[in-house]
Amino acid sequence: MAEKIIDRSNEYIRIEGVTKRFGEFVAVDNVSLNVYKGEIFCLLGGSGCGKTTLLRMLAGFEAPTSGRILIDGQDMADIPPYERPVNMMFQSYALFPHMTVAANVAFGLEQEGLTRAEIDRRVGEMLDIVKLGDFGRRKPHQLSGGQRQRVALARALVKRPKLLLLDEPLGALDRKLREHTQFELINLQEQLGVTFVVVTHDQEEAMTLASRIGVMNKGQIVQVGTPTEIYEFPSSRFVADFIGSVNMFDGQLVEDEPGHVRIRCPELEATVYVSHGISAAPDAKVSVAIRPEKIEMTRTAPEGSENRARGVVKEIAYMGDMSVYLVRLDSGRIVRVTIPNIERHDERIVWEETVYLNWHPSSPVVLSQ
Amino acid sequence: MKTRGWFRNGALAFGLAFLYIPILSMIVFSFNNSRLVTVWDAANSPTLAWYRKLFANGQILDAALLSLQIAAVTATGAVILGTLAGLALVRFGPFRGRAMLATMTTAPLVMPEVITGLSLLLLFVALEQLTGWPAGRGIATITIAHITFAMAYVTVVVQSRLAGFDDSLEEAALDLGAKPAKVFFRITLPLIAPALVSGWLLAFTLSWDDVVISQFVSGPNSTTLPMVIFSKARLGVSPDINALATIMVLIVATGVVLSTIWMKRQERRRLLEEQMARSDAG
Amino acid sequence: MMPNAGNRVPQGLADDRLGLWQALLQQFGLQRWSQYVRQHWSGQRLVVAVPWLWLFLFFVVPFLIVFKISFSEIRLAMPPYAPLFEWLEEGKRLVTTLNLGNYAFILSDNLYISTFAYSLKVAAVSTLLCLLIGYPMAYAIARSAPTARSLFLMLIILPFWTSFLLRVYAWVGLLKTDGVINNTLLAVGLIDTPLTLLYTDFAVYIGIVYSYLPFMILPLYANLEKHDLTLLEAAADLGARPFKAFLRITLPLSVPGIVAGCLLVFIPAVGEFVIPSLLGRADQLMIGRILSDEFFANRDWPVASAVAIVMLLALLLPIMLFQRYQRRELEAAKR
Repeated sequence: MAEKIIDRSNEYIRIEGVTKRFGEFVAVDNVSLNVYKGEIFCLLGGSGCGKTTLLRMLAGFEAPTSGRILIDGQDMADIPPYERPVNMMFQSYALFPHMTVAANVAFGLEQEGLTRAEIDRRVGEMLDIVKLGDFGRRKPHQLSGGQRQRVALARALVKRPKLLLLDEPLGALDRKLREHTQFELINLQEQLGVTFVVVTHDQEEAMTLASRIGVMNKGQIVQVGTPTEIYEFPSSRFVADFIGSVNMFDGQLVEDEPGHVRIRCPELEATVYVSHGISAAPDAKVSVAIRPEKIEMTRTAPEGSENRARGVVKEIAYMGDMSVYLVRLDSGRIVRVTIPNIERHDERIVWEETVYLNWHPSSPVVLSQ
Repeated sequence: MKTRGWFRNGALAFGLAFLYIPILSMIVFSFNNSRLVTVWDAANSPTLAWYRKLFANGQILDAALLSLQIAAVTATGAVILGTLAGLALVRFGPFRGRAMLATMTTAPLVMPEVITGLSLLLLFVALEQLTGWPAGRGIATITIAHITFAMAYVTVVVQSRLAGFDDSLEEAALDLGAKPAKVFFRITLPLIAPALVSGWLLAFTLSWDDVVISQFVSGPNSTTLPMVIFSKARLGVSPDINALATIMVLIVATGVVLSTIWMKRQERRRLLEEQMARSDAG
Repeated sequence: MMPNAGNRVPQGLADDRLGLWQALLQQFGLQRWSQYVRQHWSGQRLVVAVPWLWLFLFFVVPFLIVFKISFSEIRLAMPPYAPLFEWLEEGKRLVTTLNLGNYAFILSDNLYISTFAYSLKVAAVSTLLCLLIGYPMAYAIARSAPTARSLFLMLIILPFWTSFLLRVYAWVGLLKTDGVINNTLLAVGLIDTPLTLLYTDFAVYIGIVYSYLPFMILPLYANLEKHDLTLLEAAADLGARPFKAFLRITLPLSVPGIVAGCLLVFIPAVGEFVIPSLLGRADQLMIGRILSDEFFANRDWPVASAVAIVMLLALLLPIMLFQRYQRRELEAAKR
């Protein structure tokens, strides 16, 4: 997708060396991070990586063991959740079951001491925005999952927070509804100009929503970048593996020039030629990561003596829009290749066929081990 | 599975009969007009004679009134203390003294009553020696004793209700700008209200019914209804007690049946509404 | 979880110039206290303190007093026991009169030992009977149609809400020599002379089983109701006959319910007072009655206290088991 333009002059959240321990367990480990005004920042990681704890520290439900959190320049250390300029959309939505939809949305405004008329007006407006204008008098249990999600969103947004925290906002929705809601969320965010911090374990969700993604693992932020940066230029084996699928080859740097490098991998007959420089010690052990869709598969041998391999097709999985091939190289290594199914009646490569693989010199990513 | 059906249903029928025959027999004999209390006198029955006698018995009526007062105060006190304890145990995470509080709220559930009664009496005696309070035993000491064991039950009821609720509800309220006290009164309290009602009724029943602990901590002018019944029952069967039992059973049965029907209705309506919401589209 | 100030660890205490002073303050809880106030959570302390102090004063302290008095000597005074520590000769000499005589007395006297043994036997037999009657009932309710289920449950719970004392009393009328059961059996012609039912062990068993049956059924039902019935289908699919499937699948899975139910019946039954008083033998008392008699009739508070302590020790293991079960149940309810 097209990258959003991020105004990096406008820092909104600053997280400085934040650590959170629960007894012996380190949930968040020395995280430093900036989030800019108006962006959608996704914290992406597996369960237990510390992303939710980080979000809860922003909301004020957990206090950092050490480090500082500043929102809009103000240190949040002594600010309780009910005084923060931040609202949160909970994973469970946390709709008050004993209140109607309108009362749920009004709850936050009532705490601000607005007049009843003003509250009713803003609640009405907000419900219209999330297309629930006619549902104000229902109770949460009388709503479908998607409607509940929108009430939760309305309840958090009606307070006009400068920062909205979303904990797995689409996690409870089914697949179809999810895609639709993703775009609705983006529209709403642009319309209201609120900064979003989203926690998710779903990389697809993060890719679609985010202006930037922070990938977390074991309490640490391992990479921050735009979705394209994260996907195309992962900075570590973990990120390359976690986002999408990847073929990883261990090897050794044999030639290191500013404009290109050559790497010899025991599992590949030919050397790997990469058309961009890297910073590594000569003879360093490195890994080469190549995405499955960046590999071309042919019946005839490609030209050139580098960036190529030969193998036999062992498995084919037809996925509709594309097919996944598992090719066993002569070295015994299995390589994953995806080919889009562009034509309907193609002479497709079949099982046990001998094939040649090749890739463009710009495709491999070199990672230090 | 089918072959065991008869055994299962038979066991259930036998068990229910076992539970209800004594109660039913008490009800039947409360209308029996015979001096031989357990022989049905068909010629002169049914009669309301025992009910008239019951309502003329000042001792029983006074004791019932006293028990009613103690039970009401006990239930209220136990609900307040039990709610605080349940809230602390479920919602506050780790705090100093948590394990102790958890132990102190579950142990009274199974503590033999004689031990509780004895230990409380010894405490009251020691307190009186040290501080002059409580001066002798009576209504106050009975109430304190009842609150202490009843609050353990309330704590369990409140705890399980609270545990069934997502704690992000309270966090959401904090997040929307409500201060902790307000969160408690606007969110937590309404949510656990049903548990508080059943906790109150449970505490009331426990207090209303208690004889052993009361015997230890009561004084000369504080004879509760169960103490009267117990001393009468030790002397054998007395038909006015049958009448009293019948009245109590009827009140309780009406209450339980009505509340069960009401809860069933609520549940069914809710299920229906949820179903409609699902078919209503996303 | 709500934000908990207690989790916060003050940073850099050691290298602070006032480190020692702060550490001292923290030691006495002042550091934490000030954090609580700063975080607007002083209310949380109060919420914990009120029930905590109440239970401590009216549940824990009384036990300590019982424990203390159990080591005292009886004395003709009010209160009728000698203090453990006493200043004699105008505060010049501290006399301690700690004695184990009460325990020695209990453990050497056959009356107490047989009473303890009898109480444990009665409780054990009643618990077993409760289980044998209660398990099939709980099972039948858990497997009945959902609509019937709430009706049955109501029927089980209803007696629980009506007076325990009156329900025990009802059995007096049924079991008496000229009571309903004997009259019925005589009328039907099954017996010629009335049976002696009241004031027997049998009557005590009936009374305990009758009174505590709901306590056995409810935890069992709560357990059985949660079972995944596809497990039985899987067992049947793998060739197990229904009874075998019950023995190998349902029964092992219901062990927590069985344990909870048994503990809920056994522990209070050991100290039961009302039921043996109304229905039991006059020549064989249960321990609750002995305790009460020592206290009220003999005014021997130290021996009564020692009896209580011994009873408590005997029940310590089951009580701890019960507490563990209770904790696990609540944890399970949470997730």
